[in-house]
Amino acid sequence: MIQCKTSKEIGGMGHSMKRKEDDRFIHGKGNYTDDVKLPGTLYMDIVRSPYAYAKIKNIDSSEALKIPGVLAVITGKDLEQYNLHWMPTLMSDTQMVLPVDTVMYQAQEVAAIIATEKYIARDAREAVRVEYEVMKPVVDPFKALDADAPVLRTDKPDKKDNHIWHWEVGQKEETEKIFEEAEVTVKEQMHIPRIHVASIETCGCVASYDKVDNYLTMYMTTQAPHAIRTVFALVAGHVGLTEEKIRVISPDIGGGFGGKVPVYPGYVIAIAASFLIGKPVKWIEDRSENLQADSFARDYHITAELAGTKDGKILATRMKVLADHGYTDASANPSKFPTGMFSIGTGSYDYPNAFMEADAVYTNKPPGGVAYRCSFRVTEAVHAIERITDRFALEIGKDPAALRFQNFIKKEQFPYHSPTGWEYDSGDYEAGLKLAMKGVDYDNLRIEQAEKRKKGELMGIGLSTFTEIVGAGPSKDFDILGIKMFDSAEIRVHPTGKAIARFGTKSQGQGHETTYAQIIAEELGIPAKDIQIEEGDTDTAPYGLGTYASRSTPTAGAAAVMAARKLRDKAKKIAAYLLEVSEDDLEWEPGKFSVKGAPEKSKTIQEIVFASYTNHPQGMEAGFEATHYYDPPNLTFPSGAYICVVDIDSDTFEIKVRRFVAIDDAGHIINPMIAQGQVHGGLTQGIAPAMYEELIYDDDGNILNGTLMDYLVPTAVESPSWETGHTVTPSPHHPIGAKGIGESPTVGAPPAIANAIVDALKPYGITHLDIPITPYKIFKALKEKGVLDKNIVES
Amino acid sequence: MIPSTFDYTAPSSLDEALKLLHDFGDDAKILAGGHSLIPMMKLRFAEPEHLIDLNNIPGLSYLKIEGGMFKIGAMTREVETEESAEIAVHFPIFADVAKLIADPQVRNFGTLGGNLAHGDAANDQPAVMLALDASVEIAGLDGRRTVGIDDFFYGFYSTAVQEGEILTEILIPIPSGRSGNAYHKVERKVGDYATGGVAVHLEFDEQGICTKAGIGLTNVNPTPLRAVRSEAALVGTSLDDDAIASAAQYASEDCNPSSDLRGDIDYKRHIIKAVTKKMINKAKQRAFKN
Repeated sequence: MIQCKTSKEIGGMGHSMKRKEDDRFIHGKGNYTDDVKLPGTLYMDIVRSPYAYAKIKNIDSSEALKIPGVLAVITGKDLEQYNLHWMPTLMSDTQMVLPVDTVMYQAQEVAAIIATEKYIARDAREAVRVEYEVMKPVVDPFKALDADAPVLRTDKPDKKDNHIWHWEVGQKEETEKIFEEAEVTVKEQMHIPRIHVASIETCGCVASYDKVDNYLTMYMTTQAPHAIRTVFALVAGHVGLTEEKIRVISPDIGGGFGGKVPVYPGYVIAIAASFLIGKPVKWIEDRSENLQADSFARDYHITAELAGTKDGKILATRMKVLADHGYTDASANPSKFPTGMFSIGTGSYDYPNAFMEADAVYTNKPPGGVAYRCSFRVTEAVHAIERITDRFALEIGKDPAALRFQNFIKKEQFPYHSPTGWEYDSGDYEAGLKLAMKGVDYDNLRIEQAEKRKKGELMGIGLSTFTEIVGAGPSKDFDILGIKMFDSAEIRVHPTGKAIARFGTKSQGQGHETTYAQIIAEELGIPAKDIQIEEGDTDTAPYGLGTYASRSTPTAGAAAVMAARKLRDKAKKIAAYLLEVSEDDLEWEPGKFSVKGAPEKSKTIQEIVFASYTNHPQGMEAGFEATHYYDPPNLTFPSGAYICVVDIDSDTFEIKVRRFVAIDDAGHIINPMIAQGQVHGGLTQGIAPAMYEELIYDDDGNILNGTLMDYLVPTAVESPSWETGHTVTPSPHHPIGAKGIGESPTVGAPPAIANAIVDALKPYGITHLDIPITPYKIFKALKEKGVLDKNIVES
Repeated sequence: MIPSTFDYTAPSSLDEALKLLHDFGDDAKILAGGHSLIPMMKLRFAEPEHLIDLNNIPGLSYLKIEGGMFKIGAMTREVETEESAEIAVHFPIFADVAKLIADPQVRNFGTLGGNLAHGDAANDQPAVMLALDASVEIAGLDGRRTVGIDDFFYGFYSTAVQEGEILTEILIPIPSGRSGNAYHKVERKVGDYATGGVAVHLEFDEQGICTKAGIGLTNVNPTPLRAVRSEAALVGTSLDDDAIASAAQYASEDCNPSSDLRGDIDYKRHIIKAVTKKMINKAKQRAFKN
């Protein structure tokens, strides 16, 4: 069990304190971007392309402009006059704000309508006549590299093909040699499908430009308000919107999951419209626009290979990725990492050689590549290694749990240097898997499975023992557009001992208002309920890179600790002064300094804070404030051991997840209840791509499931009863030993589910199925194997 | 997700509603539960100029037994059929089907009449009505008429309810002897339209011989489909495995599914076969439960 150092009253780390923010959310008092109502607001709607690839011959706005209440129809040609028709992506590629002559994907923005009401704007959208010359799009990423494929980015004068970049890491020659000589090699082609974060709140903004003060206030759905303000200043500085003239406010956010990191064209058009008209402009996407046009996640085609010995020792892995980026590279990765942290793909296993390479291509699909509840492509990497490891176990006829124990990096090997260059900070993989196997009663499940197989029943057991890599990141390696990936905390304690703390991150439902308060409570002994947490306003919060990639606790959480410790040092000096003893004579317990050997002589943190304003020692700065910008020395490496049990109906192939046991190791846990909630949500977002979600395009680049009727987001009905638990292996370099929890379940769950389903189908010679694995996909696979009629249907 | 402009009227009597419908003609749409119409309007697939809301008209929502018939008012919410103990005595199939219609919010507002009058072969209730051999009452300015369910579904979004008419009641014959019924659909996730769905109603004589079989199929034909050959394969038998296998096979052969994201034609035929078999067995089991 988790030991708490503080009383329940103080509510430091380890207390399952109820979330402070929930009162307002439960009462419907959240303040989201669409709740921002400014006098004189105009509404923006967007005309979108019905075609994946087409020349724009003409845009006729005359009928739309006749509708009463329509003020303007903005096109790419209008923006071109201000050089605002293109903008940079976070990966230093370029993206259209509005097209001047060519649309590159279906649902791309073509023109924007500004009207006095949103209903009028939508009516006008129907009235704008756009003449297109349709061209044959490039949809298949493999064909994008064909010699005769049309070159999509003709805006780039030197571009002669659709190749974006090549990346590689590891020991190429050594790995090849091992593969040539190995007793056993296995190989599978996998697609990690294009999916969407589908957060409950769509994206939107209210851009409010004040012409008199030349000052822009931008309320928007962003996970990274400071970085976004910098981007806006870089894009619009030349028209006078410099960084001190821009205030980005990120109000409450209804889910981000990486989808609210990028700058979408809609934001920029709204700013341009407000800038030109001088009134607030509100733009809120509807659900279909959000699904069809906003950044996708994943879409990696991976050839995964593993070489090993007949008795199960892994010797090397090799992975080759084809990344479909859509028409521009608008991923949200740290600058030096075009594939993010894909190179974590050697997993939790100990072997000296690996080689990974990736090539990215342009296609006529929406741009993106955001880290959907994932630390930059870790999900793709974990899926590949966990699947190919199971494939290896299948090949040599070894139990996948036994194979994992045989190959795990051992507890005493940490810090562990991986063949792709990472230094894993800590871990105890054996402990996690043992706990998960005990929890699910693994041995008896295998016995039950053997009996069911005799009767032709389909039952599968799948494992995933993954290592995450989060908390980007150390400044030597990690930046976004040159800005180092530190994060910040500023603590200000008022004379009465209550506090406000501000951060460079931005919660989208993670519970920062509670967990950050608990971290500060742990360090200073001020009750967490007395600490107000504020994020998301660039005019008040210290600069930070925002919340995504499970980085808030590893970076800003650490910054809070460091700032609080600065204050505790100051408190000690004040306490020594007030008690008239030397600092060395004092001892600390949460909330109080007392004199060693004379515990009745003490000062509470509240008394000390009051003194800092009323009676501070001469020569000391008054007040009780501290700021810290935390540059992490290393990343953190959370891990997990997940076991999934599925039953598949042998007639309809409907898949039931009977059990799912998830043991996570996120180091020290700040609030167990919030951590468990994160795991539940994350696992559900893990079952989503494993069994339901995929953005599907036809050969003409039309999206076939651009609404929630066909883009299948699982609900409570599809979610099994999650069984969760923890092992605790603290991060040795993080000031409170925390590692981050938000993404592990989303990263670790899909391969456990896929492995379970493939395991259920093992008797029929199926070695791999791409996710999402649906009953229909199982039917097709069995039909292909020719086993349907004889073995299943008639049985 | 913003509809076009429309007018809205909420009459307080059926006569008033029929008059409005007559006056507006083609430009008007009836609003019952709204859970098919409003999404279509929000997507601008439907752009009626007038909405005539039936929700303020008293006397259109009821469940009652009269003259050997179970009568259901057209404005009866799906949830009421789901939770009615009275209906469950003879028709446990209502609890089966209602649970599979969309989600609780939809069932709390969506109506049985709307479900049928929408004329969508993907809706679940049409197959159930086929299996139960229901009929519907339709009101117009000239009076009321009753149409058997087999004559009700014309085509895609098209039914026997003509311009100027309103569906008012659903009538289901109450079986006199031993009977059982059941519905299931395979769906990709909760709330989805059926990949394929099967409603089965069976009646038996005292010797356990099947005297009447009704089998309706969901979303595997342009209109809700009665599996005629499957029904015939069961009547007069004691529902041995061979009879059930034949019925399932016929259903899979006689349906006309189209290929879509839910699956190809082969898969849907396979599903119909598997679910037909399961539902015959389940209906039979219910019939002989006591």
